[in-house]
This record gives sequence, C-alpha cells and structure tokens, in this order.
Amino acid sequence: MSVLVDEVMKLSPPPSDQKASSKDFQSDQDVRWCPGCGDYSILAQTQRVMPDLGIPRHRMVFVSGIGCSSRFPYYMNTYGFHSIHGRATAIASGLKMARPELSMWVVTGDGDGLSIGGNHMIHLLRRNLDINVLLFNNQIYGLTKGQYSPTSEKGKITKSTPFGSIDYPFNPAALALGSSATFVARTLDRDPKHMQAIIKRAAEHKGTSFVEVYQNCNVFNDGAFFQFTEKDTKDDTVVYLEHGKPLTFGKEKDKGIRLNGFSPEVVSLKDGKWSVNDLLVHNEKDTTLSFILADMTYKSGLPRPIGIFLAIDRPVYEQEMVRQIVFAQEKRGDGDMVKLLNSGDTWTVQ
Amino acid sequence: MAEKTIQNLEEVTIRFAGDSGDGMQLTGTQFTNTTAILGNDLSTLPDYPAEIRAPAGTLFGVSGFQIHFGSTEINTPGDQCDVLVAMNAAALKVNLGSLIDGGTIIANSDGFNDKNLKLAGYASNPLTDGSLQKYHLHSVDITKLTGLAIQDMNLSSKLVDRSKNFFALGMMYWMYNRPMESTIDWIEKKFGNKPEIKEANLRVLKAGWNFSETTEIFAVRYEVGPAKLAPGKYRNITGNQALAWGLIAAAKKAKLDLFLGSYPITPASDILHELSVYKHFGVKTFQAEDEIAGVTSALGASFGGALGVTTTSGPGVALKTEAIGLAVMVELPLIIVNVQRGGPSTGLPTKTEQADLLQSLYGRNGEAPVPIIAAATPADCFETAFEASRIALKYMTPIFCLSDGYLGNGSEPWLIPDYNALPEIAPKFRTEKEGFFPYSRDEHTLSRPWAIPGTPGLEHRIGGLEKQHITGNVNYEPLNHEFMIKMRAEKVERIANEIPLAKVEGDSQGDLLVVGWGGTYGSIKSAVAHHRQKGNSVSHLHLRWLNPMPKNVGEILYKFKHILVPELNLGQLVKVLRAKYLVPAVGLNKIQGLPFKSIEIEKKIEEILRGTK
Repeated sequence: MSVLVDEVMKLSPPPSDQKASSKDFQSDQDVRWCPGCGDYSILAQTQRVMPDLGIPRHRMVFVSGIGCSSRFPYYMNTYGFHSIHGRATAIASGLKMARPELSMWVVTGDGDGLSIGGNHMIHLLRRNLDINVLLFNNQIYGLTKGQYSPTSEKGKITKSTPFGSIDYPFNPAALALGSSATFVARTLDRDPKHMQAIIKRAAEHKGTSFVEVYQNCNVFNDGAFFQFTEKDTKDDTVVYLEHGKPLTFGKEKDKGIRLNGFSPEVVSLKDGKWSVNDLLVHNEKDTTLSFILADMTYKSGLPRPIGIFLAIDRPVYEQEMVRQIVFAQEKRGDGDMVKLLNSGDTWTVQ
Repeated sequence: MAEKTIQNLEEVTIRFAGDSGDGMQLTGTQFTNTTAILGNDLSTLPDYPAEIRAPAGTLFGVSGFQIHFGSTEINTPGDQCDVLVAMNAAALKVNLGSLIDGGTIIANSDGFNDKNLKLAGYASNPLTDGSLQKYHLHSVDITKLTGLAIQDMNLSSKLVDRSKNFFALGMMYWMYNRPMESTIDWIEKKFGNKPEIKEANLRVLKAGWNFSETTEIFAVRYEVGPAKLAPGKYRNITGNQALAWGLIAAAKKAKLDLFLGSYPITPASDILHELSVYKHFGVKTFQAEDEIAGVTSALGASFGGALGVTTTSGPGVALKTEAIGLAVMVELPLIIVNVQRGGPSTGLPTKTEQADLLQSLYGRNGEAPVPIIAAATPADCFETAFEASRIALKYMTPIFCLSDGYLGNGSEPWLIPDYNALPEIAPKFRTEKEGFFPYSRDEHTLSRPWAIPGTPGLEHRIGGLEKQHITGNVNYEPLNHEFMIKMRAEKVERIANEIPLAKVEGDSQGDLLVVGWGGTYGSIKSAVAHHRQKGNSVSHLHLRWLNPMPKNVGEILYKFKHILVPELNLGQLVKVLRAKYLVPAVGLNKIQGLPFKSIEIEKKIEEILRGTK
C-alpha cells in the first residue's frame, strides 16, 4: 500500500458509524426505479444485510455499469461508481487490485453483465478476485425500453423481435461455472429472507461471488418469474439447494430429485417407490454436481434450482498479486529509483 | 597477416538485415550497447516485419536494424547507410536502396543460393554478376565459417544457423574497432544455463573478429571517436524503457502505487514487459482480457488512489475511447500511453506513424477535452511520461502521453537524470469531512478533490452521467450541462498556465519556421541545422504540449513568413495550427511507416525558401 493510502486507512471513522443500521446505508438520493420494480427489494435486502457484515460503509464500494440495475450505487451510502456499459467488473477489478482491503460489490444486469460485459465477466470469474457480483436478471432490456436480452427465452416477442427472438438464452449459473467461478448462487427478488442469506454468504466468500437474482421488470417483462415466486405455483416449480440436504420440493415436500446416471429426474416420495434416501444430496463443494444442477435450469419437467450451486476456495487474485510484490520486496529490497536509473551499462563523460 | 590501415570517421550508419529469424534485432542491439559504452552519440531504427518468423528468404520477412553513431551530435538513425550487412538475397534486395553509392556491403554468400535468389526475385546472383560494382562488396560465406568455428561441438544445423549473426557481429566489431566484452558478458549471462549455446555463440563471435583480422578481404578498419556529450553519467535507453521508468519515477515521487492495466499490442507491449519486472517498486501490472479492461481497470485503480496507467497503440485507443470519456467525466487522473503505429485499422503494426494526434484531440463522443503531451526522442520518453503523470495528478484528468514505434523501439544515449532534482509531485487525498463536495474545485487548477474509498465520512458516488456543479449529483439541467462542459474545457486550458513557454531553436523570427511534434524531432533538427549552416533563415519549433499548447505559440508563428509542418500523417498538427492561429502553415507529409529522412525535410525547406526569393 502506498504511503498516502496508508495514511487514509489509519483515519478512524466517526462514532456514529460504529453501530450501523440499514438506514445508514441509504443515500440521500431519491430512488428512481419504476414503481413495483423488483430492484426495490434487492436494494432493501442489500441494505438490510450490510450492517451484519461488520464492514464500515466507508470501506465499501458499489460499482455498476449501465442499465436499470446500474443505478444501484446512487442509492447506497457507500462509495460508488456508476460507470459505462459492461465495464463494472473491469473497473471493480482494477480498484480491488489497487485496494485489496476494500469490500467490493458489482451490480449489473443480464444485458450489462452478460451481453456487452460478458467478456469481462468471465475473466473476473476465472481470476477469482474477491468481488461480489449481483446480477439482476429480468430477461429483458428495461432502460432501453423493452428489447430482448441474452437471457430472454427463445421465441420472445419484443420491440426488436416482432417475429420472436431466435437467440438461445444464456444460463447465467452455467456460464459462471464454465468460467471457473468459485461461488455461484441464484435467488429471487420476491424471497427476501433467502436473498439476504445468499447476499451474506456471497459477502463472506473469499473470491468472486456470482449471485444471479431473478428480478421482475413489471413494465417490460412482467411476470417472467412468477411461476417461481408466486404462492400457487412456486412449491412445485422451485427446488431449494441446501448444502448436505436431499433435494426435495412440493408443498408437502413429497417430491424429490434423483440422479439417473448423470441426469436429474423428478421422483415422487408418495408412492413408496422412492424414499428420501434415494435423492440427490446437495454438496456445494462438488464442482461436477454444480454443473448438473445448473443444467436443470431450462429443462422442462424439472424444478428451477435456487440457492448456492457452488462455494469452493481457490487462491484470490489480488492476494496473489500482493504476494508476488511482497516476495520481490523481501528479495530485492524496496525499489530505489536512483539505483534503477544508474543500473545496467553506464559510462561517464568528463 | 596484412597490415591494416585505420581510418578515422566522424559518423557511420550501419544496417544489419536478414530474415526475421536471423537475430538482426539482437545483433543491432548488441552493437548499439557496445557503441554507447564507447561514448559515441547514436540513434537507432529497428525495422522489422509484423510476422514473427516469416517464411525464410522472402522479401516481406526481412528484418533490419539501423544504427547511426558518431563522434558528433547524432539526431537521426541516418538517412542512408554506409554499411549494409545482408544475411541473404532478400535482405540485399530490400535494403540496397538505402545504401549510399560507394557504400560497403557485407553479404553472407550462403544466403544467395538459387532458392534465395528466386525468392528475392533476382534473375542472376548480384554477388557475382557485377551489378554491385559501385559498392565495396565483401562476399563471405558466414554460414560455412560459423559451422567451421564450432564443428567439433556436433551441434544441430539449426543451432549453427542461429549463431551466424554473432559471426557478423564479430566482423563489425573488428571493422569499427569496438571491444567485445559487453557482448561476451551478455552471452554469458543470457545462456548461463545452456553451456553449449553459450560456448557456440562466444566462439562464433570471436571467429568473426578473427576472420576479419586475418583475411585480406578488409584492408581498412575504422575508428569513430567518442562524441562530445555534456558531462555526466550516461546509459543507452529505448523509448519504451524510458517511458516505463518515467512512470515509476512519477509514482515514486507522488508516493502512490503505480497500476498498469494493459493488453499486449505492438509496439507498446515492451512497456508492459518492462513494468512487470519492478514489483519491488510496488508496481502492479495487470494483463487484462482486452484493451477496454486495460483502461477501465486503470481508472478503477485511480479511483482507489493509485496512479492508473494504460499503455497501447492506436487501435487500442479506439477501443478505450468510451472509458477515456468516462475519465473526463469523473475527473480522475489516468495516463493513456499511445505508442503510435501505422494505421488505419490494424495497419502497419511494426511501423511508425504519427497519425493519432486528431484521435487524441477529438476521438471521443461529446466535448471531452484531454491534455496531450508527446515525446520527441527515445530518451525524452522518460521526462514526457513523468510530466504527464504530474499534470494528470495535479489537474485530476486523463492525459494522452504520445510516443511512436520509432521512439519506442529506437534508442539513444541518455544523460541519467538526478532523481532528487526531478519536479515534486504532491497529490493530496481529501480527508476533511467539513465542506466536502465531490465536485467542488481548486480555485487555480479547477481540479476536484480526490476522496478515495476508505476515507471515513466522504462516501460519495461518481459516474458517467452529467454532474451537478459542486455536489456531483446527477443533473440534467441545460445550463448546468453547458457550465460543466465549459468548466472541463477551462480546466484543461489552465494547464497552459504552468507548462513552459515554447522555445524556438534558431532565430525567433525569419523566413521559415519548421514546426514539429513527436518523433520527427531529430530529422527536423538535422535538416534545419544544415540550412542554418548555409546561412538560411530557418528555425525549428518542436511542440511537446499539443493540448493545451504553450501560450506563446501564436506569437512565435506570427513572426515567420512561412510555416512548414512535417508530419508522418496527412497533415494533423498543421490543421490544428491553421484553425487555432489562422496561419498559412503548409505540411510535408509522409505516410510510409518510416521516419523522415532529414534530406526530405531539407529539400522541402529549400523549395519554400526558393519560392520566397
């Protein structure tokens, strides 16, 4: 750390910051999302979780790109950077490398993070910087008023696809796993408790945390996830992933997922043919399993997996960078500019 | 052994040329380092193809390295060469045009077999058909002699072939009476863990020397005495290395960490390579996934209180454009280094050009002023990068630091600066909570406060949307927008308050002023000097600052009858000067991927002067 930054980090926070509440994380800016937008819930859950993390807000940075979700930093009373389309992950990476001690959050959407910013996203994930990515997936372009997104379902009719989209959608969780992410999770805007738990786990994870949030855009894609969030359907359409627990779902937990070869299938626990002991048991440390679970996403007849697909440890990029620097300084001493300038083949003119 | 005469020369230009796999760049660099240590003034021009190992023997696979050295002041790599070392027929064909009449050719005769001749498009062998009569031709079977020197070592023919450049180097060391110690040391270090290759290269180098000493092919050897350089300690340095060191020095002075976000691109990659070595200086280098991540990671690091730098060439700048606009909006320091190359598009990756001036000035959406500073010589890249950093930090602005392929790869002796005497750079992070607003401004520089994440009580948000004056809140009001546009422009203009006034080399008024910028410095200087020796009224103005320009540029221009602006583009600075100062400046333009020969500028000056008389 440079001398000047070191001086800043020695400053003590005002006493009012000692016991923060969710309110302390609300900025003085008016929230300008459409009434009823799923973003409100994500903002509220994030602000609720923040005080529990034990990190003072002046050491938190929220970085975003462009899109509805990317307005998020303006509403957080932390440091924030509302940048350009798709680049939040790259800006956050640079900031994290420069300042590993900061708590870094990237807020992005399906367009910002997977379309224009897809390249930076996959590289962030494979490098494994300690950054938390909240990807709001509403399967539509909201800010530009309703074009299809890289997660929109095939055949979707939008302003730019009047005859139906011919694009096959990304499966964000599978993309993240394919990019060697170390933490991959999915949660729902209409399940506040679950979201809070996931955000907390993401914050605690050392390495890049990829959290896909199903978020309803009530103006341009209303109800896209209602089957997974509304009372009358959700029990049969969602399976919650819990570490060490068998995959059961249904109102009476009377259905489960078992592996038939490598393929998950739904079985009934009522007819006596299968019991809980036959079911797939979730293990968030198992990379192979994580791929199988993520692959359930668009398969008809299978419930949508929600929860933590994978949470494993791998060296954190910026720590590796620091390690090399410390090693070099121990070996060669702190860099001496005068020495450097006078190094190599020199000669003197009298 | 025949008696050899020694002849004294003031200056010599040698061009080493061969296949891109022949090691000509290495040979040239070794000759350069030895020459520098001997105290000659020098200037070099590496000239190599974009293909790493183009098919052997082809014209497009020829790689060249030219060095101009002397006991007098040397400003350019030499318009023409006095000696051409040609390792094969294609190398001769490509480079013969740059050899002076009566010049010396040292040709590797083994590189002129039927296949080579055919590839080079020779109907008959120029070494034997008498077509090279106007030159001093020395045809030597370098390949065979190399093989003989190490035949008892039982090395593969491939290894033998790779050593032959050291034979040529040994010959040139003998011919110009240079000591071989520096190269011997280098070989010993470089191949320390490959004893066979080390031994082979050492033997071949010495064999080249001994061959020249013993045979009667060369009757004369030459002596080029040390140049009368200003007293002090020197080293030889390339532009890319000097630029990297300038950045490190600036970060060190500023007590900041240097962060480089970069994506490999010719001819800028060497800056990334160079900086990645200096981890013990706390330098963080990040090879990003693309050009955009290079610049945005650097901007992110700047937000965090580092000296953020991105290095690239023209096509990379095109990709970084949007992020540079963001840096203008969020008013954070950011150094964008553009080592320019031939364009447009992929263009001529390994060749030089200065066609990105207008890109630097105007290549962004909206009114997005960015200061521009350009290096004039390879060693000058140090000071230019240092100054760029100082201004970026003081004015909280992105800045373009322009170099080019010729400067980046070229080298010259450098009077090592006194680090402690370099200007102070004293950035300050805002820490006082009282009265803090993200877009309040320093009354002199108009820069906004740098409040880095981690500072208690200064939590704030920045971004690409228009900012409200003072508060920095998002604001779409018409008058605020116009005010902020003007504010950002004014901030950049105010840099002119502290940069040095432009200085004319020569008389401050007269018939003709030659105005240049960037890497054309040496050629213009030589051309103007020749005219001044002849008593012509010609002066030289070289602009380090292109935006803003020094305050006295207009005054200077108005004192000359004619203004000539030589540029390696279709006329970019000339456009700016004409628009800004309403002067009838004319351009001299060359877009061949090569630097100006000073004779080209000399001729144009003559033309203009003749027209006036």
